[in-house]
Amino acid sequence: MIIAIASGKGGTGKTTVAASLAAVWDRPLAIADLDVEAPNLHLFLHPSFSATTAAKMEVPEIDESSCNRCRACVAICQFKAIGLLGDAILTFPEMCHGCGACMAVCPQEAIRSGCRTLGAIGWGHTPEGPFLNGRLSIGEAMSPPLIRLVRRKIGILAQAENRDVILDAPPGVSCPAVNAVMAADVVVLVTEPTPFGLFDLELALDAFQSHDRRLGVVVNRAGIGNHDVYRLCERRKIPILAEIPYQDAIAEAYARGDIIARVHPEIQSRFIKLGQRLRISNNPSRCAPVREAHHA
Amino acid sequence: MSTIAVSSEGPDLDARVDPRFGRAAVFIVLDPHTMVFDYIDNGASQIRAQGAGIQAAEIVADAGAKTVLTGFVGPKAFKALRAAGVGVVQKVDGLTVREAAIRFASGMLPLDQAPSHRQARR
Repeated sequence: MIIAIASGKGGTGKTTVAASLAAVWDRPLAIADLDVEAPNLHLFLHPSFSATTAAKMEVPEIDESSCNRCRACVAICQFKAIGLLGDAILTFPEMCHGCGACMAVCPQEAIRSGCRTLGAIGWGHTPEGPFLNGRLSIGEAMSPPLIRLVRRKIGILAQAENRDVILDAPPGVSCPAVNAVMAADVVVLVTEPTPFGLFDLELALDAFQSHDRRLGVVVNRAGIGNHDVYRLCERRKIPILAEIPYQDAIAEAYARGDIIARVHPEIQSRFIKLGQRLRISNNPSRCAPVREAHHA
Repeated sequence: MSTIAVSSEGPDLDARVDPRFGRAAVFIVLDPHTMVFDYIDNGASQIRAQGAGIQAAEIVADAGAKTVLTGFVGPKAFKALRAAGVGVVQKVDGLTVREAAIRFASGMLPLDQAPSHRQARR
């Protein structure tokens, strides 16, 4: 089972939830931090890193002598990564999303596959299982190909040893977040019961809801704000899988870099239950609805 | 005199120069000697998520312009214009298209060799 921990709003507690869920998970596990612009899951899970490899993406390289300037590649590129200026055919590798359409349409087979380094992948190990993180280079804008690469690598590691996967996704609902969650069986949306949490949760539901992907919500900082997040989940029939109370002890543990599931047995049991609900929800029937009554 | 393209906020010579190149509203293509002009709507570049500058460079090159007058050209569009053999004059925003064309025709506006570091004013 592949579980992606995502959110519309940043700073709601994705990494907090991912680290705690990993710490209580009772099946073989593999973990990846896909927030490649600001990876921080390693600060909580403390993997020992054994290798760093360059992360590259495929970009077009045009052989000008065999190119007949037919414009097929220019026309199909949705990202303006190839331009025909007068007689000059130019590539802009930093614009390329790596879709490969230009190579597929070129009737002259004049486009070969070049590569461009986007960042690095850190290969590590934690007591919970293998750990990968993607690290986008400073100034680099093209994160989705790196996210897909890390996602594929952790998928291969997990499949070989029949491990479940926890993915710590980047915030938001645009390409990076979509690329992080698209192969997940279950997406856990972490939110907070505030107007900001509400607004971005609704965007995330719109972006990620799909017939073949189950969604559930974790309400972090429960107790602050208002009830609108709960009402939204009720209206959209999205189960609330866990609530994490707004408590000084939790904030302090987070600030120390501790895993909050280890702060107190009561908090730990919430994550154990979250794990159980995720496994039930992976049953093709339906998500197990779990709502404590006091916020309805 | 050879054809020039001026990024413009409107479709005539008395419109203001659009400080943005890639996301300019319109390009006025004209002969600065006769002031005979045509305009090209750049709306398709304006709505692009990315690559507006490269597309705009293709548009002005295809229109036969040998020089672009504008506010600011980004590095990718600059590279594209250079490849097409189109010269670039930046920082002419604040003028009308007519004023910019007259100044260029009188030799008051030298070509830039690199993208301007100043961002376009909004």
